[in-house]
Amino acid sequence: MILDHPTSPAAGTGRSLPANDLSRRRFLQAGAAAGGGLMLSLSLPFANGDAEAANADGFAPNAFIRIGRDGQIVLTMPYVEMGQGTYTSIPMLIAEELEVDLKQVRLEHAPPNEKLYANPLLGVQATGNSNAVRGAWQPLRQAGAIARTMLVAAAAKRWNVDPASCRAERGEVLHAPTGRRATYGELAAEAAHMPVPESVALKQPEDFKLIGTPAKRLDTPAKVNGTAVYGIDVRPPGVKIATLAQSPVFGGRLKSVDDAAAKAVKGVRQIVRLDDAVAVVADHMGAAKKGLAALKIEWDDGPHAKLSTEDIARELEQATLKPGAVAQNIGNVDEAMASAVTKVEATYQVPFLAHATMEPMNCTVHLRKDGCEVWVGSQVVARVQAAAAKTAGLPLDKVVVHNHLIGGGFGRRLEIDVVVRAVEIAKHVDGPVKVVWTREEDIQHDMYRPYWYDRLSAGLDAKGMPVAWNHRFAGSSVIARWLPPAFNNGLDPDTTEGAIDLTYALPNFHVEYLRVEPPGIPTAFWRSVGPSHNVFVTESFMDELAAAAKQDPVAYRLALLDKSPRAKAVLELAAEKAGWGRPLPERVGRGVSLQFAFATYMAHVAEVEVSKDGAVRVRRVVCAVDCGTVVNPDTVRAQIQSAVIFGITAALHGEITLKDGRVEQANFDTYQMLRINEAPAIEVHIVQNSEPPGGMGEAGTSAIVPAVTNAVFAATGKRLRKLPIDSAQLKAV
Amino acid sequence: MPYSIKVNGVVRTVDVDGDTPLLWVLRDVLGMTGTKFGCGMALCGACTVHMDGNPVRSCITSIDSVGTAAITTIEAVGKTPAGQRIQKAWLDLEVVQCGYCQSGQIMSASALLAGNPHPSDGDIDDAMSGNICRCGTYVRIREAIKQAAQSNG
Repeated sequence: MILDHPTSPAAGTGRSLPANDLSRRRFLQAGAAAGGGLMLSLSLPFANGDAEAANADGFAPNAFIRIGRDGQIVLTMPYVEMGQGTYTSIPMLIAEELEVDLKQVRLEHAPPNEKLYANPLLGVQATGNSNAVRGAWQPLRQAGAIARTMLVAAAAKRWNVDPASCRAERGEVLHAPTGRRATYGELAAEAAHMPVPESVALKQPEDFKLIGTPAKRLDTPAKVNGTAVYGIDVRPPGVKIATLAQSPVFGGRLKSVDDAAAKAVKGVRQIVRLDDAVAVVADHMGAAKKGLAALKIEWDDGPHAKLSTEDIARELEQATLKPGAVAQNIGNVDEAMASAVTKVEATYQVPFLAHATMEPMNCTVHLRKDGCEVWVGSQVVARVQAAAAKTAGLPLDKVVVHNHLIGGGFGRRLEIDVVVRAVEIAKHVDGPVKVVWTREEDIQHDMYRPYWYDRLSAGLDAKGMPVAWNHRFAGSSVIARWLPPAFNNGLDPDTTEGAIDLTYALPNFHVEYLRVEPPGIPTAFWRSVGPSHNVFVTESFMDELAAAAKQDPVAYRLALLDKSPRAKAVLELAAEKAGWGRPLPERVGRGVSLQFAFATYMAHVAEVEVSKDGAVRVRRVVCAVDCGTVVNPDTVRAQIQSAVIFGITAALHGEITLKDGRVEQANFDTYQMLRINEAPAIEVHIVQNSEPPGGMGEAGTSAIVPAVTNAVFAATGKRLRKLPIDSAQLKAV
Repeated sequence: MPYSIKVNGVVRTVDVDGDTPLLWVLRDVLGMTGTKFGCGMALCGACTVHMDGNPVRSCITSIDSVGTAAITTIEAVGKTPAGQRIQKAWLDLEVVQCGYCQSGQIMSASALLAGNPHPSDGDIDDAMSGNICRCGTYVRIREAIKQAAQSNG
């Protein structure tokens, strides 16, 4: 268990530190850019140390900063913008140390190359796990400082003065005593020949000019006037539009298709039959959808024809009766449990969930004999290239991928099934084809947040405080499929996050995980991944312990946080701002949750009203967050507002169920989203400090859910151990 | 058969079946991709356009029902006074995240403001609850509509 999270003394404190703690040469190289100017090549930490990607001296760069003769600074990195503000936050890090306006830095999306552009914390080319700013925080500021030092050195040499008498400001080097000045663009070519400094001093937080300011998002203007181009908007010349029906049961096959009526639809060009899907290719999506509706399709449902969610839940429940892989063990739970005065037991369940990104799944492919072009919005562009190459039977270098803005990722666009499908269809089509999934296909052929089943027990001492905590859970490991090397000894760091790293002082603590892959339904990452499940369970159970001890839920938690000052501080702040303890009307309650995940501390207080017929309305949410150094406070607020809505949507409405092997939900009538009339007021309070930045894109989603269900308990006395919230249980008697 | 419709002040003629939704005429035939596809059943509002100033879901509006109505899309709504104020408020308050639903949000909000210069919270709920935002930008959408209304004078 991590009681608090000490960081290395150098990290994020702004002290002078070497350009690279281990070997500067392996972290950064400088040279002349093509077309003149200064090029810095960076090797961000933890990336795949692939020998092929490294050049002769063992240097494997995965990010590039180019300062051109025009003074434009271009950063090439593998992160994608999907609404989380990365395209603004990442350039801020460089601009801060380089002493340029944010406007001068442009972030270009990296072309696919798994070896070069691996995400420092994931080891593959992906945007996910709320780690863009976390991974880039230290190296990009160092790179900015190194580039600035080299530009100053170039100016000093040109003017034959001491570099210490020069300073950098707003994209220029100035020599105050003589009033001389030169722009970075003018100095870039000469700077490329300056020695790379052995060490650079990073700014103290109090000297930050950009970091910590609410910088305007750079991607917004095009998104309010209709000119932003998402994957679904691409229109290569001659493109046809296809839509498809895939086997409604996972693992089923296409038996037969009568396409006579579909072919008669005006604008329909072609029907494509695949082993387990059929597609209609047309001049426009209207014709393609009309053609699809006119098809008479027979499916062979295959082995999962009778599968239901209840079958899967029962299998998971049975699995938790046996021991699993030990994910955490502190003290001796068995002994402590035997000596406990009170024992509390509970089981919890969370459902499959779809991503339901607003931009439905789509991918455009132009397959020729000698090459393949792919247009898509993806969180994993190198995997897109590899999947297209494999499906098309082409070498990797014959596949060109154009990545686009993403109309919602949430983990869905970390998968490449949509690309494989599109290439399979493109094999039958002359010219480019855009494959657009209907919303029904998008919901019914998602790859889902796993179903999990949890079994917990705790022992309390005479004062009601926990002396033993035992937690065992079963469900799918997405990591085991998606990143197999990270799955070891029956465990992965993602599935257990939020279960094994509680901030509370729990002297005897034991957690086991059982990997059980459900048949007939694929699983995938979903915003806030492991914590999306674990934090609901652990924070609900902590509330149960407080209730069993007849203590106030906030006071009970605070008593366990003496060794975790950052966690304690956010909990106290959220409770204070929410007016914790103030009287509320009947059937209105406040609930609390505390979370440490994605290297961020967060506490929520939710205020919930339960109507007589059991309908739950979240009226107000107060969030206190400590995510270390805040790069862009407006983005932090926006991400919490967003994540809270996402989490409440899941708590109130989110559930994918199977019947006869088929997903029962299909569109926004049966898979409902929270709407503006249901959205609570959300207050965000940020704790200021200079710790390294924590992740922000996902934390709020997992943290809000138990605050809501704990508030329902406060309002009604009903403990909710299964999601989504079942209003039928909450009717006034 | 050919249909002539007036989009953003320009008459365009397209040859599609009469039951073809306006959404696909705009996106796939005319190449105006600012209007988005979200659900195809008028459940999410991503495809909202104006017909004679009224917000309609273009995914269920057949081309043969448009007639002589003036269609306005996200590409031109900034030329209307209400649309301009809404777009400015959206930028000032950084409403947008992934942005995919925002064309529809802006079209619904512009129509609201054009017909109701000072909408109440209830008016905003009524006008905007047909528009889903999966990124959950609702808090800022509400604030931005109020800010745009204040700039109404």
